[in-house]
Amino acid sequence: MEKKGIVGKTEQRWDAVAKVTGQAKFTEDFPIANQLHGKIMHATITHGRVVKYDISEAEKMPGVVKVLLPEDLPQNKFGTAGHPYGLDPAKRDIEDRQLLTREIRVYGDEIAAVVAKTELQAVKAIEKIKVEYEEYPVYLTPKEAIADDAMRIHEERDNTIAHTTAGYGDVKKGMAEADYVVKESFSTSPQQHIHMESQVAVAFRSDDQRWTCISSTQIPYICRRIIAQAIGISWAQVRVKKPFIGGGFGNKQEITIEPLTVAMSMACGGKPVQLRLTREESIAFTRTRHAIDYDVEMGVKKDGTITAVDFNVYSNQGGYASHGHAIGSKGGSFINALYKMENFRYDARTVYTNIATAGAMRGYGIPQVTFALESLVEDACDKIGMDPIKFRTMNCRPEGFFNELSKVQQFDFKPVECLEKGREAFHWDEKLADSLKHKTGDKRRGVGVAAFSYGTAVYPFGLEVSSARLILMPDASFKLMLGATEIGQGADTAFSQMAADTLGVSYDKIIRDSMTDTDIDPFDPGAYASRQTYISGYAVREAAEKMRNKLIDLSSRMYDVRPEFIDIVDGNVVYVHNNQKIASLEDVAMASYYDMHYGKALEASASVNIHNNSYASGCTFAQVEVDVETGRTEILSIMNVHDSGKIINPLLASGQVDGGMVMGIGYGMGEGVRYNAKGKPLNNNLLDYKIPTFMDVPDLDQMFVESEDPLGPYGNKSLGENPLCSPAAALRNAVKDATTVGINNMPLSTQNVFEHLKKADII
Amino acid sequence: MEKVIHFTLNDEPVSCRVDVRKSLLEMLRTDFGLTGTKEGCGVGECGACTVGVDKETVDSCIYLAVWVDGKVVTTIEGVTNPDGTLSDVQDAFVKAGAVQCGFCIPGMVVSSEQFLEDNPDPSREEIRRALSGNMCRCTGYQKIVDAVEIAAEGRKVK
Repeated sequence: MEKKGIVGKTEQRWDAVAKVTGQAKFTEDFPIANQLHGKIMHATITHGRVVKYDISEAEKMPGVVKVLLPEDLPQNKFGTAGHPYGLDPAKRDIEDRQLLTREIRVYGDEIAAVVAKTELQAVKAIEKIKVEYEEYPVYLTPKEAIADDAMRIHEERDNTIAHTTAGYGDVKKGMAEADYVVKESFSTSPQQHIHMESQVAVAFRSDDQRWTCISSTQIPYICRRIIAQAIGISWAQVRVKKPFIGGGFGNKQEITIEPLTVAMSMACGGKPVQLRLTREESIAFTRTRHAIDYDVEMGVKKDGTITAVDFNVYSNQGGYASHGHAIGSKGGSFINALYKMENFRYDARTVYTNIATAGAMRGYGIPQVTFALESLVEDACDKIGMDPIKFRTMNCRPEGFFNELSKVQQFDFKPVECLEKGREAFHWDEKLADSLKHKTGDKRRGVGVAAFSYGTAVYPFGLEVSSARLILMPDASFKLMLGATEIGQGADTAFSQMAADTLGVSYDKIIRDSMTDTDIDPFDPGAYASRQTYISGYAVREAAEKMRNKLIDLSSRMYDVRPEFIDIVDGNVVYVHNNQKIASLEDVAMASYYDMHYGKALEASASVNIHNNSYASGCTFAQVEVDVETGRTEILSIMNVHDSGKIINPLLASGQVDGGMVMGIGYGMGEGVRYNAKGKPLNNNLLDYKIPTFMDVPDLDQMFVESEDPLGPYGNKSLGENPLCSPAAALRNAVKDATTVGINNMPLSTQNVFEHLKKADII
Repeated sequence: MEKVIHFTLNDEPVSCRVDVRKSLLEMLRTDFGLTGTKEGCGVGECGACTVGVDKETVDSCIYLAVWVDGKVVTTIEGVTNPDGTLSDVQDAFVKAGAVQCGFCIPGMVVSSEQFLEDNPDPSREEIRRALSGNMCRCTGYQKIVDAVEIAAEGRKVK
């Protein structure tokens, strides 16, 4: 594990200088000569089919190269979720999509496309395509789509794409044993990722007559596979390159535009074609977080014992399966991870509807289930009159708990420590007392707390593999090559610290590359599930250990010192026992290149397949002030506490927490794509879809309960997604504490709070 | 219709023949190859395309190229010192950990530079208000506010 003190220290991200000077190149920034521009025609109905196209006028428009209808392109069905391929067909993602479609399942479905010399010409030609539709009934919610008379959204499959029940014990019996049964319903919003860079890709036939796609993707290797599947060519005929990307948050763990971009280039003789989505397209027509509805019950005894928990889950999948049931079904094992209960039932359905397709988004189902669970817990505490932090700590799972629903043993699991230390650091008791003084009048204050648990990577549900390669450079620096992707989170910096630490050199001796290239970098499925510092971390560690052994072996032969006497410290070859310098690593490096006798350039690579998972945890504390005249809610203070094992880089980790918290605040306080009764998105722009701005959030507080996870490659476990799991629930609980009104349908927008207060006769 | 315009771009006098409908953003990126300025929404909502025009910040995506005729334009490329070293604001962004994906950062830096010229001794609240036209989805804004504070402190010491 960490040894040389570089892991655990703040190092500057290697790409920061390029990013503050504007030098960093994103997909759209590469000059490509004679590039054509693609544009998609989106359906203007929500459910139905195109019965007739008329492209005669569009084809005559200036600059038009191709007008493409569904039948002009390959018809292969494919899925878009960024999961590794499954050799077992039963475990593969549902393949329910084609490049272009006549069958319309969501407003904005891709029914035609144009390639033109300029983007504006393509837009103008799209406007000239005439279509006639046949319209079907529109289903916006799972309950509408599973009604007996609802028609199938995909002919070949029931609208319920999966229905599973997990749990143990006897929930009925448990409820009967309870002093109180709290029964509630919750609904959550389809939050959108709003990465600042919209989806963009460029595709062309490269000089080796294969297909290159430069794309803003989190998952270059999966992108390669899905492009090939959609087009119907061999996977190795596709090369994907990923430069710097302007945020992803899960939306770019989804292959949305790349197959069509390659198909457009193919239709134009291999000429380069760029396809980029506008902000309006990106919000409305890519993916959202799943809106999940919950009908739930919890049985509690007066002493705070949870006797039973029953969850009925309705996950709104939207028009295409994408990540599907993986998200709605995930909550059960994480409720079980967090709290003790004798009887538990988690019944989850994932249902096609006609709203935008839901997919991966930072937190992957856990912010939703945390909102439901932690609101329910709060209401149970209120029922029995128990301190909400005490209730949680007495019910939390202990360290070492074996989670039979996920088959993961939670070795290093510290939610109790997070809650107890957070209580002090947040000054909970003072803020609770302060809130008690503000329970009447216009401005009412309250405090709220919510806890969560989160996994690291996807084992045992999915494949977890990674690879890394190190090349020794002549000056004893090292080129680190990875298929794992930097998407802004700082993964590259963390990997470089890991490699430096294990090698025994300083951080600046590790060289990374902004471009991930499926023809060059070793295989890794990419950035999702907070997996990379963990899974790819093992690959980096193993490659670095191999490289270190090779350096020691070469030094041993060059300087005639037995290998067991040699260590590498601070870039020098030294004696193990007293750190006395034997040689500089530069001399060894130069010899590895150019010495007549020893010359043999050094490379080391490693591939790993990881069969373990380390559960992280954490919590949010918040104090709010609600203006009961208007419903406007101000966050007075908010703090996240995280149990994420060893922190590789404190400054970067802190940045992950800041960003996740604000995304979680946005989720709780106002975000969500809205639809009219006919399924048309209403707020797909940044004026109407409000993400938090500088003015909407207070200064944030945060803390780590740091430990060494016994399994993590450097004692680390997940962090990237964790911070946004609990803010929304904590804010809901704080608003309840302030006003006595529990708001169970997200978000806590001014209007929603106002309506609830009015209904409760507080206004 | 096209028009020839003359203006100062990052301290250099330049001229360009542009379509009168072209945005300043498009001209900077395609005619001058200055790809540091980013397009995040194309309609003046997000601030990623912020550049300086005559000592004011504008969203270059909704500012016509022809409007800079006779004016002084500063992009992120012009913020970096001529010898390639970082400006104090850029340096503060790096040190404060204010950079994640980096897509909003050129606009953030340009806005921050102009703001500190206008208000050399800002409070955190003033920083938040001044930069509220620039959106960021990665950082939660916290460390960007820190960075601007650090840069302001540094200027006071000088």
